[in-house]
Formats: sequence, C-alpha cells, structure tokens
Amino acid sequence: MKTENQKAWFFVLPVLLLVAFNALLPIMTVVNYSMQETFGNNLFFWEGLGWFEKILRSERFHAALGRQFLFTGLILIIEIPLGIAIALSMPRKGFWVPVCLILMALPMLIPWNVVGAMWNIFTLPDIGLLGYFVNHVLGINYDMTQDPFAAWVTIITMDVWHWTSLVVLLSYAGLVSIPDAYYQAAKIDGASNWSVFRFIQIPKMKNVLTIAILLRFMDSFNIYTEPFVLTGGGPGNSTTLLSIDLVKIALGQFDLGPAAAMSLIYFAITLLVSWLFYTLMTKDDLN
Amino acid sequence: MAKITLSKLRHSYYPNPKLADDYALQEIDLDWEDGGAYALLGPSGCGKSTLLNIISGLLVPTEGKILFDGKEVTSLTPNQRNIAQVFQFPVIYDTMTVYNNLAFPLRNRGVDEAKIDERVREIAEMLEVTDLLNIRAAGLSPDNKQKISMGRGLVRDDVNVVMFDEPLTVIDPHLKWKLRSKLKELHQRVKATMIYVTHDQTEALTFADQVVVMELGQVVQIGTPVELFERPKHTFVGHFIGSPGMNILNCTVSEGVAFLGQEKIDLEGPITKESGTKFEIGIRPEFVTLGKTGIEATVKKVSDIGRHSVVETSVGELKVAAVVEGETPSIDDVVHLNFKQDQTRLYIDGWLATAAREIKL
Repeated sequence: MKTENQKAWFFVLPVLLLVAFNALLPIMTVVNYSMQETFGNNLFFWEGLGWFEKILRSERFHAALGRQFLFTGLILIIEIPLGIAIALSMPRKGFWVPVCLILMALPMLIPWNVVGAMWNIFTLPDIGLLGYFVNHVLGINYDMTQDPFAAWVTIITMDVWHWTSLVVLLSYAGLVSIPDAYYQAAKIDGASNWSVFRFIQIPKMKNVLTIAILLRFMDSFNIYTEPFVLTGGGPGNSTTLLSIDLVKIALGQFDLGPAAAMSLIYFAITLLVSWLFYTLMTKDDLN
Repeated sequence: MAKITLSKLRHSYYPNPKLADDYALQEIDLDWEDGGAYALLGPSGCGKSTLLNIISGLLVPTEGKILFDGKEVTSLTPNQRNIAQVFQFPVIYDTMTVYNNLAFPLRNRGVDEAKIDERVREIAEMLEVTDLLNIRAAGLSPDNKQKISMGRGLVRDDVNVVMFDEPLTVIDPHLKWKLRSKLKELHQRVKATMIYVTHDQTEALTFADQVVVMELGQVVQIGTPVELFERPKHTFVGHFIGSPGMNILNCTVSEGVAFLGQEKIDLEGPITKESGTKFEIGIRPEFVTLGKTGIEATVKKVSDIGRHSVVETSVGELKVAAVVEGETPSIDDVVHLNFKQDQTRLYIDGWLATAAREIKL
C-alpha cells in the first residue's frame, strides 16, 4: 500500500539551506553584479546583458580561453597516458606497493602555492637546480621569465609533476580490482599483451579513468595558484590563463561587472564540457 | 586431445619447502585417459585448484613432470599446451559482443574467418545462445556469462583438455542442474578430455565417469561414482561422499575378528593387513537396518529428509546413523541395529583393510 507523506521534505531542508548559503546566494550575487555597472559607494546602474556581449566579443577573452584550452588539452594528453603507463608498471603485490603508493601520493600533498614557489626557484637560470643545469651544463637558453615557450614548458611540467599521481592512483585502483582469472583466461585464450590491455585492462579501468579525466579537466581548467605564483601570467600575457585574467579584471582593474559576466561564462563552459564528456563516456553503460 | 600423465608431481607455495606440510600437493602420480570426463572432488583447500592450475600451466610444479601423450609439457605456457579452462567466476570480455567473445581464442591463433564463423555458430547452437550472438557480453545474466566462458573453452576443436574450476559457484540453484546436464551433453558431443573441479559431490558424481577424490594434497581414491559410494578406500571418502556420510566406528580386532564393544561384527571378507594403530568399521547408513535382534542402540534424533528418514542412534559412546524407509522409532526408543555383512568394512589407520568375499555361484 502506498501512503502519501510529505514529511520527507523536512529531511532535505538542512541540505537545501546549506546549498543556498554556500552556492546559490554567492552565485546570485555574481549574477547580480554581472548585469550592473558600479563605481563604488553602492551605486549600481543597470547594464542588462551588455557585459556578456562585451566579454564574448573581446579578443582578450578569446586569447585567454584559447590558452586555457591549450593548457588543459596538453596536460590531459600527457597526464592520462603517462598515468596509465606508470600504473601498469607498478607492482601489484609485495613490499614495493606501499613504497610506490606513498611516493606517488607525495606531490599531491604539497599545497598549490608551495608547488608554484618550488618550481619558480627550481627553474631560476642562475641559482635553480634545473635552471642552472639546463643553462650552464646543457647550454640551452632557458629562462621562463623571458621566453614564453620556456614558461609554457615549465607550467606544463609542473602540472604533470603535481597531478599525474592522481591519474596513476585511480588507474592503479582500477587495475588491482581485476581478478586474476581474467589474466589467466586471457593467457589460455592466447591473447597478446596488447589484447589484454585493450580488452581487459582498459574496459575495467574505464570508470575510474572517466573520473580521472573529469577531475583533471575541471582542476586544470580552473587552475590559478600554481601558474600565478610561477609566472604571474607572463612573460607578457603568454601564460595568462582564464582564472588569472579573471582575477586581473576583478581585483586588478576592479571591473566587477565584466568580471562577474566572465566568471559566469567560465563556469558555464566548465559545466558544459564536463557534462558532455560524462554523458558520452557513460552512454554505453545505459544500454 | 591427449592422454595426460602426472608423474611424481609435488608442489609447494613456499620457496624452500622442507617439511611434508610445506607442500600443497603431496606426491601425485595420475593418468587421465583421452576423452574422459573426470571430476576432481575434495573439500576447500585440499589442493584441487592447485593441481588444476598445474595441468593448465598457470603454475609450475616444484617437482615432477606433466606429460601430454607422452611428451613433456611441464615448462610450457597455457597457450602452448593448448588447453582450455573455465573459471569459478565467469570471465568475459565486456566490450565485445558474444560472437566476438567466442571468436577471440580462434582469432588469437590466426584461424581464418570462415572457419571461425562456422565454429562459433556451432558452439552457440550447442550452448543455446544463438539469439545472443550480436549483443554486448557485458549485459548478460551470470549463467549466460558462464556459458560464454565455457563456449570460449570449447570453440577450439584441437584442445588437449578442457578444465572447469568450480564453474557453477555463481549460478542460481535452479539453473545449476540445467548447466550441469548441458555440460554432460557437451562432453558426449565434443569428446574432449574434461576435468571438473568441485567440492560439491552431486556435481562431481553427475558429471564424471571417473572421480578423483583429494584430501590434504593427496589423491585418496579414483573410481566411478558407484565405486566411491560402495567401496570407499579411505574413511575420508566414505565420510565425504554420501548424505549422510558413512558411519565410521572405532572398534577392536583380535584374531581376525572385529568387535564393536563386546559385540562381534561380521565383516565383508578377510582382513588383508593386521598391523595398525587405529581400527574402524565403516558402514553406510543405507545398509544399517533396524530389527528385533542385533546391536542395542538408543535413538537420539530422527530427521525426515523426504523419501526416507535418517535415524541417529548411539551405541555406548558411538554414533550410528541408519536410513529407514517407512515407520520410524521415536527418540529414546531402544532399537537393534543390523549391519549388512557384504557392506561392512574394516579400515586400519584410515585405509580399507578388508577384501570383498568372492561371490560363489
């Protein structure tokens, strides 16, 4: 027998209030700013969708968005295959398992700004270990404060160093969950190593890899602290990613309206790409 | 297809085994005839899966040799040995269709597509999965997944042996008997040597022509289901096979006559060895009858198990079960037990020690 009972609503009320205070209200404030112009003193002038139009047409925004996609694309292309490869070559049992896991987890435990500062010093041409080695031992001119290419190489390397571990740990978790019988059956079926990877390991890792790619996409797309501490967006604007540009507009120029509009667009893009990716990856499972 | 010979096989999971206890498999010498249906029966941890993995080549034995048709294969990989194995949990390739799953072992061996198609359809027909050929294997029910696993084992017509490692564990009870009879039927059709590992006596006895009973890393007895039931060579087999198991009763022997307490017991035949420390009489509950005269016993428990009842009695310290058809006594009744003579055996130190009396016509 089915009874109608509305009491359940009371149980979700605390969550609703919490979400309202930590997500809904701040976002609505941003929405509010995005449609008005202010010169301080709490004076607001209605702008409508003007800021959105301006941002979407602005070349500065296009450039930052382009750099952002380039950055995210590059780190995904490097970190995902590298992470899988490292996970595959890690031992499955024995003494070295905890050693590997701890070594892998270490970079992730370091705070973002510390990572930025570490790599900044590490790559300084005259006193940094890496910078000195590349410039004075290898004889290659490498200075990320002068050369945009060097700056890009550095921020990509830094992110790979900091976050490949996440992909490794997730892939490893997927790999160790595969029962031995699968490998034994594959041996008996005469499968090659490639077939084992293609038909057993990849399908079994698919779910954790989806999560890994999603997390790495969102984190790298929203990245701020590390490149800001490392290059400050320079040289010039060459490493000014979306978030760095956003902070420049909001806090540097104090253009609250355009900054609010830009952050909403930024949020929408992150959400849209994540949703598209997740839907595509899980489409097969529903059938 | 081949005759499989295991010669002086021992295996230990320790790197430097010294004591007999270090060995998961004690010395095993065994022949598996070509085309036979064998079951490897024993309790969990008796070494049957170890033995299976050694035959398939997933494990290399510490000592001894494995021969296929007289040729040594001890150091060959499973692939080179050309065997098939079905595991406890169904192994299927999730992303492939049922068809591709069945074709996979053939494609890996470079068989041409026309031949593959023929074999896959033939096997699918046998397993009654023809309708499922084009769907993705991930969505199948556990019993169909296990059928596909079996199908991958059977699809190659040149395998030396097909091995089943407790393949019905994850299958629902009402589908178990269906798959079991399917397997029996498949064996008759493909005529490959099959080895079926299980701890379930019903599965072993229904599937196999020859059952190999193992305990503590040793082969205790090899025989047809009837032999195992009627003349267990070891008290373990008597106890393990049958429901309820054989009555194993401590006794004394003097001058070739066995006594249960003060009562003289007629054995099936002469005692074949005299020395030993532990003397036991073995008699199946099916051959214990209640009568007016005989060994006095007190009824302790009566369980109705359908067509007949199991009456548990005690004779002094000893517990004796009897299978009774029709009317049963009540608890605490005093009854008299009779042992059917040609089914009453003596075991010395666990091993059968009486010879069957020759039947005089």
